[in-house]
Amino acid sequence: MAAPALILFGVFAIVPLFGVAALSFVHWDGLGAITWAGFDNWTAAANDPVSRGALWLTVKLTVLCVLFQAPVSLLLGVFLAGRQRYRSLLATLFFLPLLFSSAAVAITFTALLDPNFGAGSALDIAVLSQNWLGDPQLALYVVVFVIGWCFIPFHTLIYQAGTRQIPKELYEAARMDGAGAVQQFFLITLPMLKYTIVTSTTLMTVGSLTYFDLIFVLTGGGPGNATRVLPLDMYLTGFRSYDMGQASVLALVLVAVGLAVSLGLNRITGASRMDSRSEGS
Amino acid sequence: MTKQRNEQRPNVLGAAFAWLWLAVIILPIYYIFITSLRPREDYYAENPLAWPANPSLTAYQRVLENDFVLFFFNSVVVTTASVAVTLVVSIMAAYVVVRSRDGFGRNLFRVALLGIAIPIQAAIIPVYYLIVQLGLYDTLAALILPSIAFSIPLTLLILTNFLREIPESLFESMRMDGATEWRILLRLVVPLARPALATVGVYQALQVWNGFLFPLVLTQSASTRVIPLSLWSFQGQFGVDVPAVLAAVVLSVLPMLAAYILARRQLVSGLTAGFGK
Repeated sequence: MAAPALILFGVFAIVPLFGVAALSFVHWDGLGAITWAGFDNWTAAANDPVSRGALWLTVKLTVLCVLFQAPVSLLLGVFLAGRQRYRSLLATLFFLPLLFSSAAVAITFTALLDPNFGAGSALDIAVLSQNWLGDPQLALYVVVFVIGWCFIPFHTLIYQAGTRQIPKELYEAARMDGAGAVQQFFLITLPMLKYTIVTSTTLMTVGSLTYFDLIFVLTGGGPGNATRVLPLDMYLTGFRSYDMGQASVLALVLVAVGLAVSLGLNRITGASRMDSRSEGS
Repeated sequence: MTKQRNEQRPNVLGAAFAWLWLAVIILPIYYIFITSLRPREDYYAENPLAWPANPSLTAYQRVLENDFVLFFFNSVVVTTASVAVTLVVSIMAAYVVVRSRDGFGRNLFRVALLGIAIPIQAAIIPVYYLIVQLGLYDTLAALILPSIAFSIPLTLLILTNFLREIPESLFESMRMDGATEWRILLRLVVPLARPALATVGVYQALQVWNGFLFPLVLTQSASTRVIPLSLWSFQGQFGVDVPAVLAAVVLSVLPMLAAYILARRQLVSGLTAGFGK
């Protein structure tokens, strides 16, 4: 009875995972003959300044994304877990970005950030009318912001669910001892959210490794190579430069980093915890 | 209880921040909507954030005249087929995981856990190779098959967790009555698992509907184009006709908005369960 799922998953997910390892040792342009390459692709990728730049950019993007998303999601999630009057309405609206495809979001922000006809010109504030996506110094930060726009709602949900699981008695006891709102936050909320913080941050990290469609449509990796992160570098190397071998090397680097981070999550939080969390909310 | 809540001091910082973030979220959505109603000739003249002086639906008309209905239909076919097959094969596998007495079930579950960590990007080159070899390149099946494969691990995980809650005695009493495994699956497991199936189904539908990488790599012609890819090609094709591009964005999100209104709880719990993969 498990056979259909195993076959589908095996053929289109597990086999490709081994396939990508095999392909990293061949020369293939995507159409023609496949020839043995030995370690050519590995040395080529290691010496490719663009790929090395892409790896560095991915690390930078990941750090920036976590630094931006984690505090905002934590603050919003904790707030939404409370019983404020407009909480449910806000929570409903906060969810909306999750309904849009990455392509739709990227297209919207391309128009919105247009230096001549976008929001900056509407408000007639010079600082806002910059060429956000055309400036190599700015483009990466714009990407970080747009990614935040897409994914902060999701992490807010996680924090909201996590905060609601904190026993009310803890707060009552703290109030009895005369703890203020700020103290309650730092002495109860934050420590009790330890696992939520680990989970959410790990997901942000793993997610940051794989952002592709959003950046692809938003900047295409440009200007220059200013936003050419690893998944984008892999796609462009494989499907634009028709060097599938070297692209496979980059894909393997992605898998390795992703698995390392995921296993790190399992180690810290315990797989059983992951199971029980997935039933939650 | 109410009294206690009132005693809590309002979270001023959180509230201020929440309203600010609301503005950040709503502004782009408002912009999409009003710009899609703006006549093309007014786009360069009017204030981009002001309500259009002459709102019209002509942008939508231009989108619909450019095969959008076909792309929409393709997306519906791919999403429905992917989700339906995923749910059927996953509930069968989940039943095996829950019922198996040997290590097979546990190992299957472990593979699923690992499978969640495989990024689509990492497997895309061999998937492309496979699809070409199978002669499926540039067909809707090329999108459906890998979409199912990458939906299975999470679906299996959620369904398994749900099925574990079914009391052993229910299975036993059906077996006493001489029911076959298939009968137990159809008559007991599927009806009981309906809420979990709805949750994970809505979630996977959102993922497949908005998927971009598989269509980008595995299809080529307009006849197999799905919506996210069509938005991208509209952007190239319409270029300066921003109202039309954003009208297409509005049309692309409508089904998901409808799903959100009708099945908000399923979608939200599906997302938190799915960890936003």
